[in-house]
Order: sequence, then structure tokens, then C-alpha cells
Amino acid sequence: MISRRDFLQVGMAASALVGASGFGNWARLAAQQALTQDQLLEFQTYGNVSLIHITDIHAQLKPIYFREPSVNIGVGGNKGAVPHITGADFRKAYGIADGSPSHYALSAGDFSSLAKGYGRVGGLDRVATVINAIRADRPDAILLDGGDTWHGSYTCYHTQGQDMVNVMNALKPDAMTFHWEFTLGSDRVNEIVENLPFAALGQNIFDAEWDEPAELFPPYTFFERGGAKIAVIGQAFPYMPIANPGWMFPEYSFGIRDEHMQMMVDEVKAQGADCVVVLSHNGFDVDKKMATVVKGIDVILSGHTHDALPEPVVSGSTIIVPSGSNGKFVSRVDLDVRDGKMMGYRHKLIPIFSDVITPDPEVAKLIAEQRAPYETAMSEVIGQTDSLLYRRGNFNGSWDDLICDALISERDAEIAMSPGVRWGPSLIPGQDITREDIWNVTSMTYGEAYRSEMTGEFLKVILEDVADNIFNPDPYYQQGGDMVRTGGLGYRIDISKPQGERISNMTLLKTGEAIDPGKSYVVAGWASVNEGTEGPKIWDVVENHIRKQGTVTVQDNNSVDVVGV
Amino acid sequence: MQLTRRDLLIMGSVGMATAALGVTPALASLTDDEIAKITGGAEVGAGDLSVTAPEIAENGNTVPIEISAPGATMVAVFADGNPTPNVVTFKFGPLNPTHAASTRIRLAKTQNVVAIAQMEDGSFQKASANVKVTIGGCGG
Repeated sequence: MISRRDFLQVGMAASALVGASGFGNWARLAAQQALTQDQLLEFQTYGNVSLIHITDIHAQLKPIYFREPSVNIGVGGNKGAVPHITGADFRKAYGIADGSPSHYALSAGDFSSLAKGYGRVGGLDRVATVINAIRADRPDAILLDGGDTWHGSYTCYHTQGQDMVNVMNALKPDAMTFHWEFTLGSDRVNEIVENLPFAALGQNIFDAEWDEPAELFPPYTFFERGGAKIAVIGQAFPYMPIANPGWMFPEYSFGIRDEHMQMMVDEVKAQGADCVVVLSHNGFDVDKKMATVVKGIDVILSGHTHDALPEPVVSGSTIIVPSGSNGKFVSRVDLDVRDGKMMGYRHKLIPIFSDVITPDPEVAKLIAEQRAPYETAMSEVIGQTDSLLYRRGNFNGSWDDLICDALISERDAEIAMSPGVRWGPSLIPGQDITREDIWNVTSMTYGEAYRSEMTGEFLKVILEDVADNIFNPDPYYQQGGDMVRTGGLGYRIDISKPQGERISNMTLLKTGEAIDPGKSYVVAGWASVNEGTEGPKIWDVVENHIRKQGTVTVQDNNSVDVVGV
Repeated sequence: MQLTRRDLLIMGSVGMATAALGVTPALASLTDDEIAKITGGAEVGAGDLSVTAPEIAENGNTVPIEISAPGATMVAVFADGNPTPNVVTFKFGPLNPTHAASTRIRLAKTQNVVAIAQMEDGSFQKASANVKVTIGGCGG
């Protein structure tokens, strides 16, 4: 069905993305000369249908830095498979030159120097320019938002997502699915969704009481494009009430529900769909498994795990397209749909280099309006950083190290725990840390920083439980986050072992003593999913800590010993 | 102390469940014993019988499960990690149009939901689904 020729065309698109820059062209001027908006947008229109995919924006309206992970270990059948290769290995696999724009956009390594050269990425005004350019080629291109849109910033928190709703509406999406949106609480989600001018999809969003599909979230919608009937089925994040506080949206139940997905695929085909697209917030490995379990899906637009790949991954006759996070990428997928089949595709992952792509003036104005009431509070400089602050990585990130330090010192704790979320932009050495920057990595509707006593035995239970959410060899049991970050606590993890046997050598770093299962330790953490958690807000804890430090320096973290890779 | 006593009890109970992993074989053999009582030691095969359950329970106290058993006259369901594994037995008459049933069950910890069906010809089928019960809390 997909010809060799189409694979080659995909390869060409990928090399267009790589651009002309060679190793060492790190000065901003060089970056700008080497890369133009036309190059980023260059695309030979193909077939009769265009999809535009953006996902996991996490309310990043403005350009940011975002470092991709250097540690992202795959397990089971995904060991060594993309997206579980990083850094130089990733660049080698895709033929990406060191120091090139693609190196900077897609992989870790030399991040701080490359960031100085290539500048910030993202910004929804730049995204608007890219979407408009695609629509100029193909006026009826279908814009699909994979969710995690109404969460993750100072303005999003204070407007309960309204800033993102207003700006996204201006981009005119055709459909959307969901994850962190539900942490606004079901009343607020219902209120927004009832007034959305596009489809809010989720075949796996069920009424919890009746275990029936929730009326507000239809499973799919159809688009007539280029003489073909395209079905788009939504798949929300399956583990919302487990990974996030279920008490905030008790009326809803989720789950993977792949039997129901198969029913929906069969149903849309019976209604004449020529092409079946799944707009998914499963996470990449779950999507890859689902493509083998559910028959008849042509395209999965993949979100949640924040992976960005320069080519789709082909599983059977399904192509899987992951499009990154934080507004850093837009995917364009052109399809040739004829005679009731997807005959071929052409794909390009477009990195949003904010210094190269001209902002769309209308959307830029709209963003400025959303931010204006909060600009003074957000822009206050709290401190500076000497270190690269980033979040992504299976076991730690320097932002989380800083947050754990803040919890230990501000909450007078022996051990700190910070959730293994994958959102949150990076800061490069020498940057000011503003209040907005702190909120970008901490903002949530359950940001209370608790202080509690936990036994050594219970700490192990937590580490084992979270580790199995990441390293269970069956992707359907993975929740798509990273390991809970620990401060003041070191451990060894053997990822090849089953739950209960992965964690050993737990050490209280302050004293170097082994953690005693029977002893209680004072633990500070945040983002508990339990109702009624009390404590100061994490962003205030972090702000107070940084203010005292003035200039922040984060040491390399060697407290987690990883074996069994 | 910001976590409530109730939260700690909830978390503690999961902890105990995990700590109790060592006794799983004993509980699993309870299920095997119950199955042997039904089948009388006859061979158990696989077929159209299926158990549908969430991969990870949203709430271990009320887990929705569904069985589909075309051609079966009886289906017995067991939770092999619960102290009392017997959950429910469904009987289907000849005029039953779907041979399917659903209910909600309580699962003490991560375990298998096992179904044994007796078919119209007297033979037996077995199917199971693994359901994980987790403390959760760290989604990306």
C-alpha cells in the first residue's frame, strides 16, 4: 500500500528539515543565514488530503527553549527502538549532522551552545504562520490538536485555560482530544467544551457511573476532503484518573479500550470512511502497540510522551506520527486517499525556530492581550541560573533537582519527591529566572507542597510502583511519564526486573546511610493525586528558594544508579 | 503532616498488597482448586471466551469487567489475588441472545481476573485478563 517511492519522499522531507548548516555554525547570524522560513516550510504538496498535527503545547504561547532528553530507555519490544534512542545515537540513526538545526531541534547534546546560536523555539504566533502557509497550499487542510493544551503556564492557571482557548480558536482547529485539560475540573472542562467551535473527541471518554460513552465527547467525526471521506477518531489519555487526581473529574472514566476502538474503526468504515485517522494522547509506545491490535487505522497522530521524530514510524499499514511538545513542532502529513484506501503519504516535522519564522501579527496581538493583565507579575526576575535547567530524562532533570533542593530547604525535609512529568521548558546558563519561568515548570491545579512522614518501606513501594509505570515491558501498562525525581535519596534501579525487585541500595544522601524500611523519614513533595493535600504552592516554595540563592547552580546528579539497560 | 490518615491508610494498604506478593502462589492455587472443582480435572482449552477489563484499574474497589462467552452455558469468574477468589457465576439459557455479562468487582491488588466457561457440549474454556492496581500519580 505504501510504496518505496513514498518512503524516499519522506526521506527527502526529512533531509530538507536538516537544512544546510554544518558543524560549528553556532552563531545566531550563521543560524539565521543557514535557515530560512521557506526552507522550513518547503513541501511538495501531495495527494488530496493534508493533516496538520500539533500536540502537548502545555500552554506555551511564547517562544521557549526546550531540551530533548538524553536518557529515554525503551523496554521489552521497544528496547533500542525510536523514540528510545537519544543524543548522538539518535542523530546517527537519522543521518543528522552534529551542530545542525535538526541536532538542536530533535536531540540533546551541546544544548546550551546550540540554543545560543539557534535561539528559542515555538510560539503560537509562529505556529499560526506555519498553519497559514500550509492552508495556502491546501485550503481545506485538517488541523488536529492532540491535547495537553489548556495546562502549564501562569496565564493558563489564572484564566483556567481561557487564554489557550482564545488563542487556539484563532488557529481554527478541526478537532481535539484531551489529558491535562481535565485537571481544570470537570465543571470547567464541560463549560469550555460545550462552547468549542470544533469537535472534542474521545472514543475512550466514558461516563464513570454507567460505563457508557460520554455524550459531550463524541468518539469520531468525518471530514470530506479532496473527494475522500476522512474519519478522525479521538483517543484521550487512558490513565487520567490514575496519573492525575481523579477526584477532580469523578464523572469520567477512561482506559485504553482498544476493543471499543476497533468497534469505532469498523463503524466509520461501514459509514464510508476512505481513511481512518486516530488523534491520540496514548503515548508513543501505546500507539505502536495499538496499531498492531486494532486493524484498519491508517494514521495515528501521536501525543503525550512528547517525542519528536523526523519520520513516521510504520507499524503494519499504519503510520505513527509523533509531533513533540511545547509548541516546538508542527507536523504536516499529506495523504493520497483514493478508492477507499490510503495509497501513500508525505510527511514533514516542521521545527518552529522562532527567530526564523515570522510571527503572525493577528495571533501575536491576541497572545499579547491574553498576557497583558499578568505581564508585570510574570516578568519579575527572581534570580539567575548558571546551569542549564531542563526537565526531560527518565530519572532526573536539573529543574527537578532544583525543585527538590527547594523542597528540602524550604520545607525542612530529609527527602524530596517531584513528579516525573515531561512538560516544562528549559533555561540556558546566564538567563534570568522569572516568575513565569518557575510557573512554566510547576503550574497545575494541585500544586500543594506536602510535608509528611513516610517509612523506608513505603518509599520503596512508591519507587517500585512508579518504575513499573515506565518500565513495564507491556506498553499498555505504561503511563507515559518519567520516574519520580528524588532529592536527598539515592537508589539503584534494575529496569530489567519485575515490579518489587527493581529498586535497591536506597540511601539517605545526607548521611550516606542505607534507608531503613522500618524508620520514618520526613518527606516533602508536590502534585499529590490525593484529595485534601495541604501545603504551600510549589511555585512559591521554588520562588522563595531561588530568591535566597540569587544565582542558581545545579550540580550533576549521580544519585540514581541505573542497571539492566 | 499534610497527608490525611485516610490517604496514608489507602497508600498503606497498597503497600501491604505489594509486600504480600510473596503469598500470590497460595492465592492463585486457591483459584486453581476452585477451577478443578468445576471441571473435575477435565482439560481446559481456549476459544471465543473473553474477559474484558481495564489494564490498570482506575479504582481497585470497583473495577468494571465484562465476559463474552458464545456457546457457553455457564461462566465462573475468579479474582486470583483476592483472599476469596470466587467472584460470580453466570448461567446462560438456550434463548440468551448475547452470552455476555458485565459487573464490577473489587480487587485487593494487581492480579488476574480468570473466567472458566462450560460449553454446550460439556467442554471447558478459560480466559483471563491482568488488572494492575497502582498508587499512580506521576503522569506526563
